[in-house]
Parts: sequence; structure tokens; C-alpha cells
Amino acid sequence: MSIELRNVSKQFGEVPAVNNINFSVQEGELVALLGPSGGGKTTVLRMIGGLEMPTQGDIFIRGQRVNDVPVQKRNIGFVFQSYALFSSMTVFKNIAFGLKIKNWKKKDRENRVAELIQLLELQGLEKRYPHQLSGGQRQRIAIARALASKPDVLLLDEPFGAVDAKIRQELRQWLVNLHHDLKLTTLFVTHDQEEAMEVSDRIVIFSKGNLEQIGTPREIYEQPMNEFVARFVGVMNILELEVQNGVARRNELEFPAHGSAAGQKMRIGFRPYAVQVSSDLTAYRYHAVLRHTYFLGVMLRLELVLPSGLVLRSRISKEDYSRFGLADGKKVSFEIRTYRILSREGGLLGDEVATTHEMPPSIGEGI
Amino acid sequence: MTASQTQQEGVAKSQRSTQEPALVKWLLITVAILFSVVFIFLPIINVFVQAFSKGWSHYWQVLTQPDTHSAIRLTLLVAAISVPLNVVFGVAASWAIAKFEFRGKSILLTFIDLPFSISPVVSGLMFILLFGVNGLFGSWLDAHGVKIIFAIPGIVLATIFVTFPFVARELIPLMQSTGSDQEQVAMTLGASGWQTFWHITLPSVKWGLLYGVILCNARAMGEFGAVSVVSGHITGMTDTLPLRIEKLYNEFDPAAPFAVASLLALLALVTLALKTVLVWKSERDERIAQQSGIALRLRTAPKK
Repeated sequence: MSIELRNVSKQFGEVPAVNNINFSVQEGELVALLGPSGGGKTTVLRMIGGLEMPTQGDIFIRGQRVNDVPVQKRNIGFVFQSYALFSSMTVFKNIAFGLKIKNWKKKDRENRVAELIQLLELQGLEKRYPHQLSGGQRQRIAIARALASKPDVLLLDEPFGAVDAKIRQELRQWLVNLHHDLKLTTLFVTHDQEEAMEVSDRIVIFSKGNLEQIGTPREIYEQPMNEFVARFVGVMNILELEVQNGVARRNELEFPAHGSAAGQKMRIGFRPYAVQVSSDLTAYRYHAVLRHTYFLGVMLRLELVLPSGLVLRSRISKEDYSRFGLADGKKVSFEIRTYRILSREGGLLGDEVATTHEMPPSIGEGI
Repeated sequence: MTASQTQQEGVAKSQRSTQEPALVKWLLITVAILFSVVFIFLPIINVFVQAFSKGWSHYWQVLTQPDTHSAIRLTLLVAAISVPLNVVFGVAASWAIAKFEFRGKSILLTFIDLPFSISPVVSGLMFILLFGVNGLFGSWLDAHGVKIIFAIPGIVLATIFVTFPFVARELIPLMQSTGSDQEQVAMTLGASGWQTFWHITLPSVKWGLLYGVILCNARAMGEFGAVSVVSGHITGMTDTLPLRIEKLYNEFDPAAPFAVASLLALLALVTLALKTVLVWKSERDERIAQQSGIALRLRTAPKK
């Protein structure tokens, strides 16, 4: 076990920032702390790094309780969102700073910096100053500096927040490769669910200081534990149903009541992939008009308007889209194949319910 | 250009932006320039004109008088003691105020500003009341043969008091604005508080610190009121440059006080030049820091 948090809470004065968090990270894992801003994810990262003290609970790094270990002695590498490169030092001195503080010999320092320059592809930049570098280069230097004295864990706060979209894409891939090479336990904070899905082995989702769910990207996408997670990760159609005559309905859509009594309410959610569409109006039981098509690459997202005005989102492959001859304004028929009960009056949350027997496609583009 | 043309241009400009009409603009600029010429530039020029009114040799003769020499030495000594002490104090105070939260922080801030708002004469009197013959510690000091008032220690104390705020006032906003990210990184890399201060904080505030030092120095050398009260005006012993100037002014040679005054005026001009250079340098550093940090943060587009 590389990192473990037990019943960790943090309050800033009267304001609770993190409420009773428990999770652990295995040696060598790449874990994303995901959530909207103000969710407490950065506070958790800073507590692990020793930059904040937990109000309650214990933090362990490699089995050792580190609550009372000062930040200087925790042997962590921390990369700030702003990178916080030392503006008055060259790239070489930035990377060598921690080694100098730890009294490494000059020769060893030079060798280690050279190694990192090689690893992070920063050749030729040794004598430059931070303001002479691009955003991507700055980030790699910040990571090189954090890695220099061989930390037990690498902590990154919004590592891709400060660069533009194209570089962000490259840096993600690059981080995955780096992690693959180093096998170093790595935690990073992000508010971008796509980034968390793409990069990490596991995701920890925070909201308002609470841990909402922890799991692999696939688990989180396919089995969200609650409505927050379902809404936050990927696109979800959410409907509020009311039970009448043994059937739960919303406008023209009907679902089984699942044992709820008449007049009770229930919320269900389903991913766009669960909405199966056809241009053959007799193929499925419901009808709608295709209002708008979003091109997401290989997959397309469809916005369907039902006769009652209800809007649902569906997903379809490019091939099917052209095979059906779909276009904005066309009439389609559709079926909801699977859904999940998110909350109900007087009942617990349910597992995914299939209305047909087809497996959902695995996650991919256009989530 | 006729008046109507000027006005038309003014109207056009004020339509283009929120600028005032040209007439107002030029009026304000003229007033500001006239004011600074009459009240600042001309008097300084006059100091030099008067200083050399009896020729170079007389100027040189005044400056090489033993009493003037001793005043120069004393002024340099007082500055050499009080400026470093105020640097130490200013750095410590601004560090404490910018980096820590503690009870009484606002009171400390007020205390740092106090010397600015007290008349220097009153500052001097405070030391007389403390260390003078009839003062609080006067008899004890007398019994132990320690002389503070009407001696160099009193002059140093009064100067320290008066120049107390310069360094701290300059550093506090700087240290608050540089943010603690770089310092926190240094700590995660194993640096102690002192190492962080020495390697990270100090280099990032160096121009501001230097600026505070030269302002502090200029005031330390030029202070009259507080020093005048505690010095005792013993010619050749406890006269600093400003006190020496006053004494010469009360004598018969009209060129002599201006000759000595030209030294202080020269100090003012050097201070001004240094200040300009330092402000330019610190602004450049700030731009660089912004380019590498804040500017990037602005580009962060929140993703849906």
C-alpha cells in the first residue's frame, strides 16, 4: 500500500473542506482525484504532500503514519498548477535545487540532472530561464524537479490546466508513458473528467468535500454510484418518473414501476449509448425528431425531441448514421435499452436495468 | 492650431474614448509641470548656483573644513549603523506579516507606520524623555557612565526610529504578492524555512529591498528634526550634515551652507536615479513572473 487515508477531515476555520475521507492507493498506481472546483480534491492532495494538516484522521505513506512528518521529510514530489518554477534560476538549477538542499555531491547532482533532462526530453534548455520556455517545457521541468531526488510518490495539482488544448493532449499521453516507464505512485488532481478517464488507472471522485466514488474509469462510467457521479462523468439522460397505474411515466415514456406505489416519484438515468435509434419508424416503439447532430469524431451525438417536447440524447456510429440516411429534422423511432434507477421515494438505488438483452458498448470516444 | 481646431479635436477624442477634451488635458499638464519647476526643480538648481557663487576654490574650502569633515563622517557612520539594522528589522517584519497569520498583526502594521505620522521633533523628544538626564532611564545610565543623549547613540536611535518604516513598507506588499507557490515547492524539495528564504524569497524581492534601502539611506542621511533634538549640536562632535548646514546658514558666509547642502542634493539626485533603475528592473521581473505564471493561468479555459 503506497498511500492510505483513514477518516481524514479538514476544516479551514469553520468551513469544512474535506469530510471523513477513506481511500488507498497501491504502489505504482496512477490515480486521478476528480471533481468540480471546491470539491476538496486539491486539499486532499496537499494533505498527502504535507502542505496542509488534516483536522482529523491519519495519512500513511508506505505504511508510515506521516501526520507529524513535516513536508521536507515526506519524500514526495509535488507539482503545482502554476508550476512555480524558481524564476531567478536556470533550468539546471531548478532541477538540481532539491539535490543541493539534500547535500548531494556536485558530480552526482550533474549526473542526476542529465538523466532527467534525457528522460523528459529537455536537452539544450539547461541554461535557459523559466520565462524563456513554453508552457509544455515548463511543466516538464516542474516534473523533472519533483522527480529529481527520487520521491516515493508524485503529486500533481491540475497538471494540464495551464496549457492549451493541443499540448494538453500531448502531455496526457506523455504522462501515461512516463508513468509506464517509472512505475512511480502518482496522484493527480483534475476537474476534467475526460482527462481522468483517459489517463488514470483509478479515479477518486469528490464533491463538496465528500468522496463520491472510487473505481476504474470503466466502473465509474458504467456503474455510477449516484446521480452526481453519473452526471459528472460523461453525458447522462436523467428523467423524473411518476408512478401511475403500475407504470412509471414521464410524458410518453413508460417504464416498469419496480414495486413503487402509485403517486411515488423515481429518478432514472441512461447513457446516450442506451438510446437505440432507427430511421425505420416501425422498428421501435417511441418516435422523435432528430433536432441536432454533434460530430464527436467516430461517434455522433443526436439530440432527439419527442412529440411532447422532451429532449433525449443518443449516440450512434458514423457508419450507422449514413446507413440510416439520418439528417437534422428527420423523424426517427427509438428505444431505451438500459437504464439505472438513481433515486426513488422510500427505496434504495437499483442496479442497471436492461429493457433488452444487448450489452452496452465499451466506453470510447464521445462519452 | 486655432482654439476652435483644438476644441474640435478634443470633441472627436472624447467621442472616441472616455478621454477629457484636449484643453483640459493640456491645462492639467501645464499646471503640474509649472508646479514642479517652481517648487522642486528651481530650488534644487538654486542650491548648486548658490554653492558655487564664490567659485570652485571656496566651495572646496568649505567642504574640507575639519568640522564639515567630521559632519560627513558622522552622517556616514549613523547611516552605516541604522540602515543595516532597519534592513534586518524590515525583512523580519515583512516576512512575519506576509507569511503568517497571528494576533496583533494589524497593530504591528500600524506601529510600523507610526514614525511616518509622528513629527520628527516629537520622535526626538521621546528619546530625551527616555534617556535624558531627567528621563526614565537617565539616572541609571548616568550612574553607569553611558551617554546616549547629546551623543552618537542618541543620534543613531533617533535615525533608526525615523527611518523604521522604509524597508518594511516596501517589502510587505511585494512579499504578499509574490505568492507562496515557489516557497512551498522549495519546502517539498526539502528546504528548511531559512533555506527557502535565502534561495527563493530574497532573490524574488531583491529590487524592492534595494529600493527600500536607498530610500532608508536617503532619509537617514537627511534627517534633521529628530536628530536636532537629541544631538546637542556640539560642533565637530555631534553635528550631522543637516545640522552642519543649519549652523553654517546662521553664520556670515552665504555660500557655505549651500556648498554642504549641495552634497545632500547630490545624494537626492543619485537616489532618484537609482530608484528609477530599480523600479524599471522590478517591473521587468514582475512582467517575467507574470508571463511564466499568471498569464498562463488566464489561458486556462474551463472545460465543460
